[in-house]
Amino acid sequence: MHPITTAHYLALSAGLLLIGTVGVLTRRNIVIVLMSIELILNAVNINLVAFSHTLHNINGQIFAIFVITDAVAEAAVGLGILIALFRNKETVQADEIDLLKW
Amino acid sequence: MLDTILFYAFALLVLGGGILTITQRNAVHSAVCLIVSLLGVAGLYLLQQAEFLFAVQIVLYVGGIMVLFLFVIMLVNLDRAAHERQFNRQWMVALAAVAAVGAEVSYFLYRGAGAFHVAEGAVAGGAPAGAGNTEVLADALFSEYLLPFEIASILLLVAVVGSVIMAKKRI
Repeated sequence: MHPITTAHYLALSAGLLLIGTVGVLTRRNIVIVLMSIELILNAVNINLVAFSHTLHNINGQIFAIFVITDAVAEAAVGLGILIALFRNKETVQADEIDLLKW
Repeated sequence: MLDTILFYAFALLVLGGGILTITQRNAVHSAVCLIVSLLGVAGLYLLQQAEFLFAVQIVLYVGGIMVLFLFVIMLVNLDRAAHERQFNRQWMVALAAVAAVGAEVSYFLYRGAGAFHVAEGAVAGGAPAGAGNTEVLADALFSEYLLPFEIASILLLVAVVGSVIMAKKRI
């Protein structure tokens, strides 16, 4: 068994990022698209904490805290928009929301 | 040795939970799988001696954001969406694009994995020995990063007001 290096964490984070991107690009349900965005932000956080641990520098963890703050704000506003949208259009499918298309 | 086993266990939780999150038909099942994935990420934080972020991850993500998601899933009627097509028409293109990016990233990681050892020796502004993770974090957050901290609180205030106005029936 070989020891875990920073590259392992980076590979895991890249995998989570790709899973989240697939979710954002392919799913129709907006709730699940928002969940995929949370996955992407978590991938960023894994990266930041891994480098913070490697370089013995606390700044990476502080950036991770700010990323979590942004994730909270994004989830709150996104779900508020979703509720307003559902009240007006009765749908949560992303490709049925085409009010601004001709 | 134990670290290696724990890393692979948590990595399995993170990636398995993530894949299940984006493939489930029912949004509640998706949310539960996302919780598993977020708990795996919290375990990874603990593995890297980031105890404060571990607590924040559990309290904020699993306790806060996921409850918000479940509330919205409860408020919004998702029954019709669960019986319809789950993926976009252009999902093949999206999958191909993501696979291309994945190949690129894994190539760079494979070629550059050795370079991180160089950085591992360079300790830049290290934490004082003996101080706990939370103490060091708070020290930096309330001295060096005080202005970003306050701006983040304004951001949260704006987000709260914005989401209340957005979800309100009549302003």
